[in-house]
Amino acid sequence: MAANPTVATPHLGTIVEPLSHKRTRLAKEKAIELLLLGAALVAVFTTIAIVSILLIESIRFFEHVGLVDFLTDTVWTPLFANPRYGILPLVSGTLTVAAVALMVAIPMGTIIAIYLSEFAPHRVREVVKPFLEMLEAVPTVVFGYFALTFVTPLLQATIFPELPGFNMLGPGLVIGVFITPYISSVAEYAMRAVPMAMREGAYAIGSTKLQVALRIVTPAATSGIVAAYVLAVSRAIGETMVVAIAAGLNPTLTFNPMEPAATITAYIAQVALGDLPHGSIGYQSIFAAGLTLVLMTLGFNIFGHWMRKRYREAY
Amino acid sequence: MDSTMSRASSTPSRAPQLQDMRALIASGKRKQVMFAALGLLCTTIALLTLMAAFLDLLIDGLPRLSLDFLTNFPSRRATEAGVLSAWVGSALVMLVTMFAGVPLGIGAAVYLEEYAKKNWITDIIEINVTNLAGVPSIVYGLLALGLFVYQFGFGQSVLSAGLTLALLILPIVIVATREALRAVPGHMREAAYALGATRWQMISGHLLPYSAGGIMTGVIIGMARAIGETAPIITIGALTFIAFLPSSPITSTPPFLNFDWLLAEFTVLPIQMFNWVSRPDKAFQLNAAAAGVILLVMTLAMNACAIYIRYQVRKKIKW
Repeated sequence: MAANPTVATPHLGTIVEPLSHKRTRLAKEKAIELLLLGAALVAVFTTIAIVSILLIESIRFFEHVGLVDFLTDTVWTPLFANPRYGILPLVSGTLTVAAVALMVAIPMGTIIAIYLSEFAPHRVREVVKPFLEMLEAVPTVVFGYFALTFVTPLLQATIFPELPGFNMLGPGLVIGVFITPYISSVAEYAMRAVPMAMREGAYAIGSTKLQVALRIVTPAATSGIVAAYVLAVSRAIGETMVVAIAAGLNPTLTFNPMEPAATITAYIAQVALGDLPHGSIGYQSIFAAGLTLVLMTLGFNIFGHWMRKRYREAY
Repeated sequence: MDSTMSRASSTPSRAPQLQDMRALIASGKRKQVMFAALGLLCTTIALLTLMAAFLDLLIDGLPRLSLDFLTNFPSRRATEAGVLSAWVGSALVMLVTMFAGVPLGIGAAVYLEEYAKKNWITDIIEINVTNLAGVPSIVYGLLALGLFVYQFGFGQSVLSAGLTLALLILPIVIVATREALRAVPGHMREAAYALGATRWQMISGHLLPYSAGGIMTGVIIGMARAIGETAPIITIGALTFIAFLPSSPITSTPPFLNFDWLLAEFTVLPIQMFNWVSRPDKAFQLNAAAAGVILLVMTLAMNACAIYIRYQVRKKIKW
């Protein structure tokens, strides 16, 4: 380069130009990075928006309704001429439906997970898993129809002739079946992550497959299995359409799944369908109900997080 | 003498031990087979329920399905009612969801995988993405009601609904895209850099094309989820009886595009189905089943597509 500076001079233009190119290119790179950061921050803004909207409308709601009444009154009739604002009937409905669903989903999901992870031949697993995924994908409004027109009549015709047409048992069972794949897929994933050496160690001292599955793999995967349960609980208490269609829409303080009742989610859907004026207390009540739902979900999630930390095994 | 004595005394004690062990092994094997059968039984129950739900819907709904059903507006008379406004509404809402949710999701995923430094902003974004996946869908409806419908003044429109569903599928698209990006080996990135590519040139020219299959899978699964979502759309106040169509997005006169439909009132298929299923009249419930069949075919076809693409991608890729 230094040997022939005369050659460099005519090319000065082409050397300077790339420099300015480089500057615009760098600016473009930076702009793209900021744009992508903006996209990622949407997730943060969504959370902030959810929390602030629920809080703002709930604070307006609690200007009219005492917190003590809200938590202790046993009647929820915000849209009646003589309104009462006790959240307990909605909470009891939500918990009852979720309990029925989890009584189905937790044993079934866990057993399916153990079966697919430890017992099933490769080909069975390859065939079964897409079908289980399908169970996750079906729109819940379809399951609502199924609960109302098939499961409840079936229960009436067989074991519970006294069962009313709207009840919490039918929807609970249907929710239980369709959240089973959530548990089975997350739990199976956790079980398959348990190192093969641990299984081989157990086999070497003469364990059967079942002993390996129940005494080695399941305890080692507890953290992941609990995560699966927490996901299922969130789904069960947040499910709307099945309950809105098949459980009736009367808030009733009961823990008997044979009775009709409303859940928090069903109440929100029902009120929203009725086209409430913006700013009315009925409008605010769905946000207070929504806040309760979020706090319940959050509670279960924190509990799950604590459980996972307690049982976490690292290999 | 001594040895025979010991053999005599030990044989009776060793035989039962062996028998015990055989019995133990047999019972262990029995239990193992029983558990495998139990597992198969549970799997079968789950799949049979799925089948029963499909059959229940098909038996009730198929006789009602006809071209008229697709081209008629809802009506007071069950036999004349159709899902025209519902499926058009669903299609328009999906259009908004796709244009808003897919770029946002892919953008966020690319940022998190390729740009994000390990700092507190990244941590916060990660935590938020994980948490949003667990938020009940109806809560998104409440967010949209407060924010899009009233704060932004979009009203109870196609735009509000589409944006709501875009936020709802965001975690699904982000997680799928990140997985797809992570599957591209590091040396592909190095090769692009070695040829002088900038980061964005590397991403747009190499990473995104290579991971397109995985990203598509996530997008399709997200869209399938969005098309069946009912609760958040009910919450923002979609109407259940719509006897008109929003203005068409494509026009015959320049500029050939029209955006009036964004702010139009609308209904979607799952809401039409919900409306019909909650009526006591059996004839309307059959309509609901027919609408459900359409919904189900659409979601399952989309999921089948996604599973197929994923399968193809897995088979094809050999780095």
